[in-house]
Amino acid sequence: MPASRSESVSYSNANASQAILRTVDLGVSFGGHQAVNAVSTSFHGGALTAIVGPNGAGKTTYFNLISGQIAASQGEVWLSSENVTALSVSQRARKGLGRAFQLTNLFPRLSVLENIRLVAQSMQSGRHHHGFDFWRIWSDAADLIEHATDILRSVSMAAQLGDPVATLSHGDQRKLEVAMLIAMNPTVYMFDEPTAGMSADEVPVVLDLIRDLKTHSHKTILLVEHKMDVVRDLADRIVVLHNGQLVADGEPAEVINSDIVQEAYLGTRGGARRGLM
Amino acid sequence: MTTLDWARLISKDRPGSRVLAILLIAIVAGLLFAPFALTGAKAISICVKIMIFAVLAASFDLLLGYTGIVSFAHTVFFGIGAYGVGIALTRLGASWTSLAAGILTAILLSILLALVIGLFSLRVRAIFFSMITLALSAAAQTLATQLSGLTGGEDGLVFRLPPGLMPNARLLDSKLLGLTIDGKVLCYYLILAMSVTFVLAMLRIVNSPFGRVLLAIRDNEFRAEAIGYPVFVFRTLSNVAAAVFACTSGVMLSLWLRYAGPDASLSFEIMLDILMIVIIGGVGTIYGSVVGATAFLIAQGYLQDLLKASSAASHILPGIDQVLSPDRWMLWLGLLFILAVYYFPAGLVGVLRRPAGKLNAKGGRPAKDRFIMIYRWMGRAR
Repeated sequence: MPASRSESVSYSNANASQAILRTVDLGVSFGGHQAVNAVSTSFHGGALTAIVGPNGAGKTTYFNLISGQIAASQGEVWLSSENVTALSVSQRARKGLGRAFQLTNLFPRLSVLENIRLVAQSMQSGRHHHGFDFWRIWSDAADLIEHATDILRSVSMAAQLGDPVATLSHGDQRKLEVAMLIAMNPTVYMFDEPTAGMSADEVPVVLDLIRDLKTHSHKTILLVEHKMDVVRDLADRIVVLHNGQLVADGEPAEVINSDIVQEAYLGTRGGARRGLM
Repeated sequence: MTTLDWARLISKDRPGSRVLAILLIAIVAGLLFAPFALTGAKAISICVKIMIFAVLAASFDLLLGYTGIVSFAHTVFFGIGAYGVGIALTRLGASWTSLAAGILTAILLSILLALVIGLFSLRVRAIFFSMITLALSAAAQTLATQLSGLTGGEDGLVFRLPPGLMPNARLLDSKLLGLTIDGKVLCYYLILAMSVTFVLAMLRIVNSPFGRVLLAIRDNEFRAEAIGYPVFVFRTLSNVAAAVFACTSGVMLSLWLRYAGPDASLSFEIMLDILMIVIIGGVGTIYGSVVGATAFLIAQGYLQDLLKASSAASHILPGIDQVLSPDRWMLWLGLLFILAVYYFPAGLVGVLRRPAGKLNAKGGRPAKDRFIMIYRWMGRAR
């Protein structure tokens, strides 16, 4: 394990100066349990990094530490050249850390359009004042409505823009979750199991959206995913967490075949490699 | 005024139902012509209470229905408005300057107090915020009765209004449509103008980008924060806005009664009345506060009279006249409230706005279908 760890650190630090997102000794403990333990790595533009690991490895907690939902007990989070560790969730979001959630997390009583528009509005200063506008009528902002409609069109949801979110199918809600992240237009996209709970025919739709994002933008994309076929298909790089520690980091083929991942993921060394692939 | 202007006046928040639109127009028209059409002091007093409580309930709904927070300190701001006018006019004399000074001081004090409450308690969980505001409400009541040198204690303050607003001020030599235009009438229309302006202002706030963020926070504060909205700041601002409007309704009460006292403006009964009005009218709808205030205050004002007549008519049936005794009006009001909550969980406005035959927001059946179900169940039972 130590060999692998040092290998991962050298990978991360090689291009640290150009990194869009960096975590330095980032960690948190709950009581005596160290959920994330001094994770240092960096993420670059134009690459999709999959963060994998068995249940309880600390993947979502690591995401929460980056986006600010959980305060770190140690370490730092850097976005480009700015230390954002002390910033709140909303401040980090406005700086460019966009997060989609493992469990669908929308505004159920508002319409599909309103959900997207709220995100677009939040990101815009100028005359939209990040939503601090008490007097203009909501439906007067034609530019925001048009922008939100365009985003919904790009995810094939334009026909549902007036529907309350609570009435959408689970698959459409997951699609909307991705659309909200697109509406944020963040520097870093963070997807936490975007295909969780979706039926087999709905999964490709969401994966295509992420693939499009990867192909057509030069953004940093982080993806927590359990399904290894999805990871193999999309990832340019894999980071493996185990018991809160970063245990492997590198090219997908190399990481998936490494003994440390076989042991961490399947509890076996070498023999079960086929199962993982 | 063109149709478009009307739409902007109501912030493009159309009633969404013909019945509701007619009801709202009828309420406004009724309040507008009440001094000419109604003669009794009680009827006019109920009309004024409808205007005041429509603003007060709508301001409470900014918190409950639009931001998802329950505050029991709403009467504190109502009281600050009432006492602000009362203390200023008592201490500085009955002039327009004193009145303006009292109103401004009360509004500033409300903003300050709402900010302090927000900064200290809106970071905690909703239930703790409610408990803190409950304690504050009790403290305000105690303070108002203890600081008798300033507030008049339990007796409150009786004061004179600026000359033009006193009942004995004759503003026109001749009568207008049979009505003597005096200070009391001017005061009535001043309160009507204020209440319409404030309700429209709140309608604008809830239909602004800020208002939609409040709805988002009510639905999912965690996600609202994650997409870049500082939830705590928005909640605090919502609390301040609600406090200012509650304060102005206290000002209106004081202007009408020429009295400020703990029971009239700070009591827990008023808090319960506000809650009932918002629930009956429909939580999360400014129009609901107007409809709810009208329905509730008319029921509160005339239920006793109705029971008196019913009791007299049913005196030949032993026991029934006792049940319908005017002294038991609170029991019947409570029963009506329970039925309203059960059959119209989305409130009167929620029912009127809901498309026929569709399930309600909680997936429940419309009230009409519930009646049919109960009717069929009774048929089977027989």
